Amino acid sequence: MEDTGYFEAALVGAPNPLSIGIAAVFIALIIGTLAAFILPRLQKGKWTDLGPRMYSWWVIVGIIVAALYLGKMPFIILFGLISFLALKEYLSLAPTRKEDRPIILLAYSAIIVAYWAIAIDEYPFFLTLVPVYLFLGLALAMAWIGRTEGYLATVGIIYWGVVVCVTNVGYVALLMQVPPMELPLQSPTGLVFFLLVITEVNDVAQYVWGKSFGKNKITPNVSPNKTWEGAIGGFVTTFLIIWFLGPVFTPLKGLPLALLGVLLPIAGFGGDITMSAIKRDLGVKDTSNALPGHGGILDRIDSLTFTAPIYFHFLAYFALDKF
Amino acid sequence: MLRYLRRILLAVLVRPMARLLIGMHCQGLEHLPKFGPAIIAANHNSHIDTLVLLCLFPTKTLDILRPVAAADHFLANPLSSWFSRNIVGIIPLKRKPVFGEDILAEAKDALDEGQILIVFPEGTRGDPEEMAPFKAGIARLADHCPKAPIIPVYIHGAGRALPKGEMFVPMNVSAYVGEPVFWHENRSLFMEELKGAILTLKAQAPPMHWD
Repeated sequence: MEDTGYFEAALVGAPNPLSIGIAAVFIALIIGTLAAFILPRLQKGKWTDLGPRMYSWWVIVGIIVAALYLGKMPFIILFGLISFLALKEYLSLAPTRKEDRPIILLAYSAIIVAYWAIAIDEYPFFLTLVPVYLFLGLALAMAWIGRTEGYLATVGIIYWGVVVCVTNVGYVALLMQVPPMELPLQSPTGLVFFLLVITEVNDVAQYVWGKSFGKNKITPNVSPNKTWEGAIGGFVTTFLIIWFLGPVFTPLKGLPLALLGVLLPIAGFGGDITMSAIKRDLGVKDTSNALPGHGGILDRIDSLTFTAPIYFHFLAYFALDKF
Repeated sequence: MLRYLRRILLAVLVRPMARLLIGMHCQGLEHLPKFGPAIIAANHNSHIDTLVLLCLFPTKTLDILRPVAAADHFLANPLSSWFSRNIVGIIPLKRKPVFGEDILAEAKDALDEGQILIVFPEGTRGDPEEMAPFKAGIARLADHCPKAPIIPVYIHGAGRALPKGEMFVPMNVSAYVGEPVFWHENRSLFMEELKGAILTLKAQAPPMHWD
């Protein structure tokens, strides 16, 4: 009951940083929603996707905040579900062969294995079972099926999806297993909240800086809308948030925190353009239209698949005794 | 009673499961008819095609939705027969008729009663993700009820999630609904027009890398 006790305390005591943070997110949503009503009227034809985009944001934030308040297991199950939806989206787009249908089923088993390891708090299982042993199993099972033409490419394609959608997303759920006494807020909830907020703020800040001052394209072949001005503006914004709020939500401080402030926004950018490169390769604009205004699940979590492992390993190396 | 069982099963079981397992990200739903008579004409690669089409409609329209399906396949045993008739709500179609018998009689009656038919003009599921030539039944139904709009639907990915004779693997399936086509006297022109409409919808779907 450790993970819920914190919230009971929060309800009776003074406002804590997490409640203030969640309130701030909802205020940002309200401002965005008002903008979605006003802006399309001021500039006809522009801002048309802001309405559906904000609607999807309400759904996403609502579900995540509800899971955070429900506690550890509901949150782990929610992220297992997100991994499933992301992997399904990826496998529905990526080139596969008719013979590989059983292999695709085997790839889905990575979700059960990885989230089981998280749920029973076996970090070594999480690190090895999927990235090492399922990798070998997939390659072996595919060799067993016996079609050698396109074998290496398809093993690689399926493994890429498993690591990105299951292992990397799994790090977010794994944060819930950080012992409360190692954290400033006495609960891993703040740790998860902070990762999700800085990852999304980084995306939004890059977008806003780029829209306002963007001139020089940074990756013209992969993602033509990205500019140096947007990227640097976003990096600086995210650095400042990490630097000033990091000590409130995480046990990091000093040089490690500064280093995270530099690396995490770059990682988020990296996740974004990596997914863009994949979409270009496959000839699609969005990974699906599961989230109106955003595109697919993968379009929304692309940055997170890069920021989650970095954030976790920074904490593990510099601050946590357990990992 | 059965009518409500059918509605409840669809709304609380089939539709949520479909959203979870096959995504069901659809486009052009505004073209779906709200009342009959009407005919939904879709490509056919998988048993989940019928479920996908049933899930597109609001629950209350379900009462007048009737998939036209092969009698030899779906009425093969009593359980399948009960389920197909009462829950899926099929109109069984004999693929090998007795001489002189109108196999489309029940489907025509349904149109006359203002129901919405679901028809797969290819007549069979065929090879995964490939479209076979259309059979003439759709033209005969359209000729019988010329005022009924024929709504073309392209179903993307069903033949990959559940191909003929294989196990189900969760993968995204989507439906693209187009503007209605109407019957006109020239049968071959009508068939071309309908097939063209479905192929146009197919061009909207993301490319499928699967061989």
